Formats: sequence, C-alpha cells, structure tokens
Amino acid sequence: MSEDYKIRVKHLNFYYGKTQALYDISMDIKPSRVTALIGPSGCGKSTFLRCINRMNDLIPISRVEGEIVLDNFNINAPSVDVVMLRCRIGMVFQKPNPFPKSVFENVAYGLKVNGVKDKAFIERRVEESLRKAALWEEIKDRMHASALMLSGGQQQRLCIARAMAVEPEVLLMDEPASALDPIATQKIEDLIGELKEYYTIIIVTHNMQQAARVSDMTAFFYMGKLIEMGATDTLFTRPGLKQTEDYITGRFG
Amino acid sequence: MTNARQQTDKSVRFIFFVVALASTLILFMIMIFLFTEGMPIFKKVSVHQFIFGKYWYPTSSPPDFGIFALIAASISVTLVSAVISIPLGVMTAVYLAELAHKRTAEILKPIIELLAALPSVVIGFFGMVVVAPFLQNTFGIPTGLNLLNAALMLSFMSVPTICSLSEDAIYSVPIALKEGSLALGATHLETLIRVILPASISGISTAVILGMSRAIGETMVVLMVAGGAAMVPSSLFDPVRPMTSSIAAEMAEAPFRGDHYYALFATGIVLFLFTLLFNIIADRISHKYRQTGEASL
Repeated sequence: MSEDYKIRVKHLNFYYGKTQALYDISMDIKPSRVTALIGPSGCGKSTFLRCINRMNDLIPISRVEGEIVLDNFNINAPSVDVVMLRCRIGMVFQKPNPFPKSVFENVAYGLKVNGVKDKAFIERRVEESLRKAALWEEIKDRMHASALMLSGGQQQRLCIARAMAVEPEVLLMDEPASALDPIATQKIEDLIGELKEYYTIIIVTHNMQQAARVSDMTAFFYMGKLIEMGATDTLFTRPGLKQTEDYITGRFG
Repeated sequence: MTNARQQTDKSVRFIFFVVALASTLILFMIMIFLFTEGMPIFKKVSVHQFIFGKYWYPTSSPPDFGIFALIAASISVTLVSAVISIPLGVMTAVYLAELAHKRTAEILKPIIELLAALPSVVIGFFGMVVVAPFLQNTFGIPTGLNLLNAALMLSFMSVPTICSLSEDAIYSVPIALKEGSLALGATHLETLIRVILPASISGISTAVILGMSRAIGETMVVLMVAGGAAMVPSSLFDPVRPMTSSIAAEMAEAPFRGDHYYALFATGIVLFLFTLLFNIIADRISHKYRQTGEASL
C-alpha cells in the first residue's frame, strides 16, 4: 500500500429504515494497530463496526451510502462476495457465542465451511489459533468437550481463536470484555496487545480506561457522527474538542 | 392487616391446590378405570396371545381376541404418516423461521396453525369423498379407503403440530449463534445446516414425536378412511383397522362387561402405553438437549 491505511472509510452514511444512524463518517484505520471506538450508548459505534464486515446486511430495511475501502477495493460494491469479505475480516461479539459443539469443532468451523478438508492441516491450525488466543494450555485436554462447559472468559477467548483460525487480516471486536469479570477482561486485553502484531484490530468499548490501555488510535462517536479521532495518548490527554473532553472526563455519557 | 393478607394468600393457594388436585385425580381415576375394565380379558387369553394373536374375531364363537393386526395397523399408519408429515412439517418450519420474508411468515404461520383447528371428522369426510375415489381411480385398486389414505389424512393433522413447534424451536435459536457463523464466512445455508438445525434439534424431535402421538391416538379419521379390515397390511393399499377405530366402532355393540368389552378396554391399555411411551421419549429428549442456546456466563 502506498498510503498508510488498512481500511479507509469515505463519507459513510447508514440508515435503519428512515432513521439515519451514521452521518458522513470518514476515517483511516492503520494496519497492525488497535483502533478503539468510544462513545455513549446508541452513538453508532457498533453500527459502524458492523458495516465493516457487512453484518448489517442481515437487517432487511438497512441502507448504506459511501465507501469502505479494504486495501484497494470498496466492500460496499455490489460485486463483493460477502463470504470472502468475512473471511478477511473476522469478528468477536459482545457476549461469547460459541456454537453448541466441541471446542475443536468451534475453532475448526470457519475452516470447514470454507472448504478445507485436510484434517492434519485443520488440527494444526486449531492448535495454533488456540495458542495465539492463550487458551491452549488451559483446554488442550478438553478439545472434545462441549464449548459450553468453559467459563465465560474462556468462551470469549475461544471465540477469538475461532475468528483467527480463518486467518483474517482485520479483527472487529464489539465490546469483547463487557460480559466478563475483571480477571478475564485483563486476559482479553493482554491478548489484544499481543495480537495487534498480526492483525489490524478495531475494538468498540464502553470503558474508557480500556480504550486508553489497549488502543493506539481512538475515535470518539457521538449521535452517529465521528467527533474526533487521533492517537490515543493525545486524545485522552489533550483532546481537540470540548465535547470529547467532556465525555472522556465523565461529564456526560 | 398483614395477617389478613397472609390469610388471603393462603386460601388462594389452597383453592388452586384443590383444583389442580381434582384434575390430576380425575385423570388418575380414568387410568384406574381403564385398567380394571381391561384386565379381566387376560383371564381368558394370555397377554402374549392377546398382543401377538393374529385373529380378531370378537363376535364369533369361540371368539378370537388377538390384536396384532390392530397394533400393526396403528403402527404402520403412524409410520407412513410420519414419513409424509415430518419432511413437510420440518421443511415448512425452516422456511417460515429462516427463509421467508417476515411478512410472509406472519401470514403463513397462523394459517398453518389454523389447519390444526379443522375438526377431524371434516378431514375424514374429505378423505372419504375426495381422496378415496381419487386413489381408487388412479391406482386401479378395489378400495380407496386404505392405509395410504388414512396416513395422508393423519399427516394433514400432524403437520400443523410439527411445523408450529419446530418453527418455535428454530426461531428461538439465539441470533448471536447465527451471526457468529456468518461472521466466519459461512453462507446462510451452511449456517442453517451446521448451526441452527443442530441447535434446535431437541425442539424439532419433540415436535415430531408429539405430532406422531397425535396421529396414533387419532380415532375419527382412521375410523372413516382406513377401511376397517382387521388384517396385517402387506401394501400401502390394504385396508387396515387401527386400535382406535376398532374401539370406537365396536364399543357400542359389545355387551357390557362381556369378554369383547374387556378386550376393547385392554386394547385401550395398549394404546395408552404407546402414547405414554411417545410422551416419555419427547420429555426425555427435550430435557436432555435443553442447553442449546448461547453460552451462559
């Protein structure tokens, strides 16, 4: 890439039926960095995140305008194969959502649906992914137990491993630690720090300390608009706008 | 003040207890009645002879009380109707829950559920007047009142049950699971087959078994369209006499507390054991695989 971005968003508008949820969002997401999206509930940060892997396609009355460019193609173009796109852009959800299958099957799922048949390869990839997610040591003896037997934090790391198994380039995380206790949260945060070496990570979070701890870049959303975006250090210490300052110092939101 | 409220609470609880007890008690008494009226036949014939005896001639002398043909008829009619109604019901449910537009589903589902409101005598009438001549002419068989006709009519009755309950089961699979699968690059069809159906399989199995137990217990339809011949069927076009229709047709003529009367009640016991078995299986399955949804934290 000549320019330093992994994803470039240009004038993105998003509508649920007649309600506009996102107004003219433009931003560059840098490769191998963690970008945090912060803002009060209903500000559109999750909607924005779900635009990036076209998860909003599931909502029949939704409509998107503008471009989201991944490397060099617009993912909103009608010709885009959503399945391929979602292989390149993985997602981790707010609540852990392992499938009611074994640990192994959960991680192997993405490979299997994408047509990988080589068993040895799948086994190797499952182990690698679980190691990357710092889960292998804890559950290597329970590979064929149900994923629902794991604790909440383990389930969420399993979901991260599951997303990584298909080797995406970008990982979207929608408040990945909001349903977890502090210790499990810390494990997830440590993991994010390790993973940014391999992936471009975009994380939605309600928790400003978390954004400050894990991210390199922070974008502040309010009422469907991108108010301010910048390096996390700068944004949290010397925000450019009064509105941002009010939010991060806890005066509203 | 507080005491008065507690008193009210207590008496309300007592009233509900009495009502609940009464209905349970009555059901229990029916069961006892069924057994006391049915057991005396086993003084005349052994249980084995009764169940596996091939001849059901309750009014000849000497009479034959073997209900094997009736059991075979009930089972075969139920099985054939299951073969028809399970794919129909489950696939309709999948369509309604996953594939249909929301508005289409909102219109179709109540209509399918309304099918369950058709009185069985009407379905039986339809089978007699429309389906029977059709079968007779199309396949060139002596009678259109046969196993296939009965199975078809019973399918009409169990499809709404199977479809409605399966749809509930599929619909209640958490959207988070579906999104998790799609986010990994699975197509909608792959998500359906690999995640949604396995996650709702217990509900679907329960639906199927309840639909089948409705079919095996159904009386009016089989009385009208099954043909009524007490013989073990060897083809789809043989007339049959399921247990229910035998009881319904003969009870009025059987002399009170005669052997025939006892034999009919004993047939009722066998039927009861069949439906009981279905219900126990349904209950087991729905408990065993209860945890199907999202992770609990």
